[in-house]
Amino acid sequence: MFGLDKKDTTLLIVVTALVVLAPFILNPFPADSALAQFNAGYPDLMQRFVIFGIFAIGFNLLFGLTGYLSFGHAAFLGVGSYAAVWMFKLLSYNVVPAIVLAVIVAGLFSVLIGYVSLRRSGIYFSILTLAFAQMSYNLAYSVLTPITNGETGLQVYSNDPQILKGDGPDVTHLFGLEMGSAYTLDIGPWSFVFSAGYYFCAIFMLVAFYLAIRIFRSPFGLMLRAVKSNQQRMAYTGLNTRPYTLAAFVISGMYAGLAGGLMAAMDPLAGAERMQWTASGEVVLMTILGGAGTLIGPVLGAGFIKYFENIFSKINDSVLHQWFSFMPDGMEDFMVFIVHPFIGKGWHLTLGILFMLVVIFLPGGLVEGGQRIAAWLRGRGKKPAGGSGDPEHHPKPAPHVAE
Amino acid sequence: MSKSNLTRRGVLKTGAVAGAGVALPTIFTSSASAFTNDPGSASTVKFGFNVPQTGPYADEGMDELRAQELAVEHINGMGDGGMLNTFSSKALDGTGLLGKKVEFVTGDTQTKSDAARASAKSMIEKDGVIMINGGSSSGVAIAVQGLCQDAGIIFMAGLTHSNDTTGKDKKRNGFRHFFNAYMSGAALAPVLAKQYGKDRRAYHLTADYTWGWTQEESIAAATEALGWETVQKERTPFGVGDYSSYITPVLNSGADVLILNHYGRDMINSINQAVQFGLRDKMVNGKQFEIVVPLYSELMAEGAGEAIKGVYGSMNWNWQLTDEGTKAFVKSFGEKYGRPPSNSAQTCYVQTVLYADAVARAGSFNPCAVVEALEGFEFDGLGNGPTLYRADDHQCFKDVLVMKGKENPTNQFDILEIVDITPRAQVEYAPDHPMFAGGDLGECNPGA
Amino acid sequence: MDAILLQILNGLDKGSAYAMIALGLTLIFGTLGVVNFAHGALFMIGAFCAVTLNRILNLSYTVVDETQKDFLGNPLKVDVPYVKGIFGDAFGNAIIDWSVPLAILFSIPIMLAVGYAMERGLIKHFYKRPHADQILVTFGLAIVMQEIVKYFFGANPIPTPAPDALKGSIDFGVLVGLDVNAVVYPAWRFVYFCFAALVIGGVFAFLQFTTFGMVVRAGMADRETVGLLGINIDRRFTIMFGIAAAVAGLAGVMYAPINSPNYHMGMDFLVLSFVVVVVGGMGSLPGAVAAGFLLGILESFASMNEVKALLPGIDQIIIYLVAIIILLTRPRGLMGRKGVMED
Repeated sequence: MFGLDKKDTTLLIVVTALVVLAPFILNPFPADSALAQFNAGYPDLMQRFVIFGIFAIGFNLLFGLTGYLSFGHAAFLGVGSYAAVWMFKLLSYNVVPAIVLAVIVAGLFSVLIGYVSLRRSGIYFSILTLAFAQMSYNLAYSVLTPITNGETGLQVYSNDPQILKGDGPDVTHLFGLEMGSAYTLDIGPWSFVFSAGYYFCAIFMLVAFYLAIRIFRSPFGLMLRAVKSNQQRMAYTGLNTRPYTLAAFVISGMYAGLAGGLMAAMDPLAGAERMQWTASGEVVLMTILGGAGTLIGPVLGAGFIKYFENIFSKINDSVLHQWFSFMPDGMEDFMVFIVHPFIGKGWHLTLGILFMLVVIFLPGGLVEGGQRIAAWLRGRGKKPAGGSGDPEHHPKPAPHVAE
Repeated sequence: MSKSNLTRRGVLKTGAVAGAGVALPTIFTSSASAFTNDPGSASTVKFGFNVPQTGPYADEGMDELRAQELAVEHINGMGDGGMLNTFSSKALDGTGLLGKKVEFVTGDTQTKSDAARASAKSMIEKDGVIMINGGSSSGVAIAVQGLCQDAGIIFMAGLTHSNDTTGKDKKRNGFRHFFNAYMSGAALAPVLAKQYGKDRRAYHLTADYTWGWTQEESIAAATEALGWETVQKERTPFGVGDYSSYITPVLNSGADVLILNHYGRDMINSINQAVQFGLRDKMVNGKQFEIVVPLYSELMAEGAGEAIKGVYGSMNWNWQLTDEGTKAFVKSFGEKYGRPPSNSAQTCYVQTVLYADAVARAGSFNPCAVVEALEGFEFDGLGNGPTLYRADDHQCFKDVLVMKGKENPTNQFDILEIVDITPRAQVEYAPDHPMFAGGDLGECNPGA
Repeated sequence: MDAILLQILNGLDKGSAYAMIALGLTLIFGTLGVVNFAHGALFMIGAFCAVTLNRILNLSYTVVDETQKDFLGNPLKVDVPYVKGIFGDAFGNAIIDWSVPLAILFSIPIMLAVGYAMERGLIKHFYKRPHADQILVTFGLAIVMQEIVKYFFGANPIPTPAPDALKGSIDFGVLVGLDVNAVVYPAWRFVYFCFAALVIGGVFAFLQFTTFGMVVRAGMADRETVGLLGINIDRRFTIMFGIAAAVAGLAGVMYAPINSPNYHMGMDFLVLSFVVVVVGGMGSLPGAVAAGFLLGILESFASMNEVKALLPGIDQIIIYLVAIIILLTRPRGLMGRKGVMED
């Protein structure tokens, strides 16, 4: 289907199903229960999952295939956001021109940076990209304030021109469909939210994912992987690898720009911190954590980090007391005392520990974890299941793209 | 199913309790509530406390959280009632809010606009909060204020000192209890002129972002009006760590006052290093060289240690004030947490109480009713004497404190002393003052 | 002229910190081939060694003073440090006053132990893993170390003053024949520069003139051959990791009076020190030191008003700009070796 082989088609279908049903999957706990704290099925976080998924998929196209580790990818996301918000300011709140311009601007920016940075390889390349991104961030925060609105972040003011706005809505919309609108489905104690913005982003994410599979499987993808395994040998065969790596760099920059444009479309404000090195580092971590070079890994990594950032940081002591309230008093206080350093203001600590655990025990990232569980399940079921085990439980995306 | 702009879980919950069939989708329409996160007939109402819990201002955020927790206790009738006893409005009686118990959720702004908005959105969409309070930087305050305006809930700004928060970025749904850069200048300049004379030459080192710029502009204007000359305005990158190369030019610039428009860690480093460079031991133009830090906080003073002895600055409030409200709050806070509250803690406490009081007076959680109740509201008994929430720009007007680093501190909390309580009249300005021009409050937005 | 001299001094001072951190990073790259994102955290832990020693020396017993009141109106509790109780007021005060220099002694065993434990407990298992995994695990470790420090010390910077005798400033202008007050420089920064020179010199001498150092250098050049000679190179590399940690820690201890320690200071230095290492050239120790001082001095010059008037914002980006220019003109940085971390 769609020019994909059977395995990839299965993967795409599974991912599509997961994305479409996310509002159900991410809200497993009834709204009134103490565990509702762990529900992630509200529009903003779901949007972040898919947007950062796009960002990480794009990053992985460069890093996973060519091995070039860019430490400045957040710059493309940042310029994408700025471009999109400028479109809102100048034209109207319609997201289409904003996203188109975001991708174009990020693409041009990445041609520029990629052309220069790709003259070097290895860590020299990483530092060049880092340097460009940090320069962009520092300037956006200070000197370029007339364009970026500096610390406050670029936003739309009521006295902006918005020449195409007319009677259009005052929030971001797709030809009238407001990004903020949502349907709420209430089933017993559960409630599920279906947000227009989320599905809008989800469509982009699925297209981005599909394109990524096509690139992975194309002769172009093969060429990039050859660059990774031995660039010198490629050069000896008389092949100039630069155009290939530059193409990969620009494609991945455009993915980042798309993610930036979507972020602005969901929430029309662009802050300079989006371009800081920590933001670039975050996408690197997402990709490695999920499993670099695999198709689904980066998306998992993005979800993992965003989940901790948004869910764990919101747990506080009174929530803990609520959880442990079934215990005797002394025990309750003791449990709260034990858990306290890892939640709320300590969410960084939990994330740091999990980074270490994952990378120590799962060298291939979260994808490897999934594979191990799948293998274990298969092993427990029928011994001679072989390679054709049950695809329903866990698709096995990694082997054919492993390094 | 119906279309609505945001989830309204408060309604959802009650709807669910009301006995919806397990498999049948319940139907509720927009008319079920007139505004975002209407608590309806639920027994509780949720506040959102969005403060920095990681990053450089984490300690400041923790103090804000403590104060907000205390405020919720007092509103719900636990504890000693704190400032509710001294507050001039008696609408709050310690039985919760309009018959509902107040609950709260917390979040981490990370002092980044993006993260702060993500956290605020999760509070609005997931937890169904009716107001958001707190924060520790102007960039974040402006970003979250814009979000709350669009979402249709009330925002109380926490620590934000930039003129823009109630100037060009002001919003109808947002209020600021904290003072601003203009007021710092208006309060500080006369004291400085009295102490250091009227023919001083000032050198500004300014954090290179919007808050720094507005403070630099305000302080320069206020001091120049009293006869000072501004020799140089130098911008320093945010979070630079080592200020030596910005401090050395001061030595031979002919300036005799250094004004540090820095906050938090930036200020701690810049003042420490300026002192190490011997600036305060110098005589220039026959006068003793002086350093001024226009915006003080307790944590900054603690972090800067000995460097701030004798250095002037301004503050929104301080626990050493002697009015009844302050005394009640310091006692209540001190007994619970074993330390005096910071001025950002007081701001967040007071804002929580004021919001609740406005709801009680309006008799409704509808943000538009709350806005109406808060606009032009005059009160007393929450520290700083008689106070006004001005309707034109949602800026709070009250007395401003001029502080000085104490020469001989007796304990770790006794590091600043109050030099002057500048009366409210002296720090007031017209709503269309050029430093605040360009903004528009817009209409109140109830959301939904 | 005075201004330029001052900026050179500033640059040397900044450069000292960069150079010490970058030196340790390069040692770890060179010996173990590991990208250590936790190196900034080691610098931070060093600074907190100074804070901790200061706290230990200030451990106190409490005396209730009925004549004074605290903020709630209760009788004031006065803390008297044990050190004063044991050694008497004068000597006790002197010890507390000199706590930062004393912390050098205190920190060396701690940093060696931390470095040793890190290498044996964690890094060892990552030699054969891709650099990406090394980045992830050391970054995770850095976060964990930071958060632990934050848990105990809070997020606010902690004032850690230099000894009274070194708090003032020195008039260098007079020493070189300029006017009085033309070039005044803080004594502690001068001490920092000398200290850095000493530490850097010490590391080089150690590598150059001891058998141990010779073996390590040989191992850096060709690990396998040295191993074939029957030398246990791993053990020596472990020790080098400890030394690299100690150098970062010492840089942190002595930096505490200049930049009040806070839990996040390591991250602020991390990126810069990577830039320094790469500009110096991968695997080159002299390169790292040279790049540290070069970038420090250029950064200082870029923040001069005259320069900023010509190029607004240049001080914000100078380090990155110079890094780009150097890497484009010299493919392996100032003194990098071929083939190290190039793929």
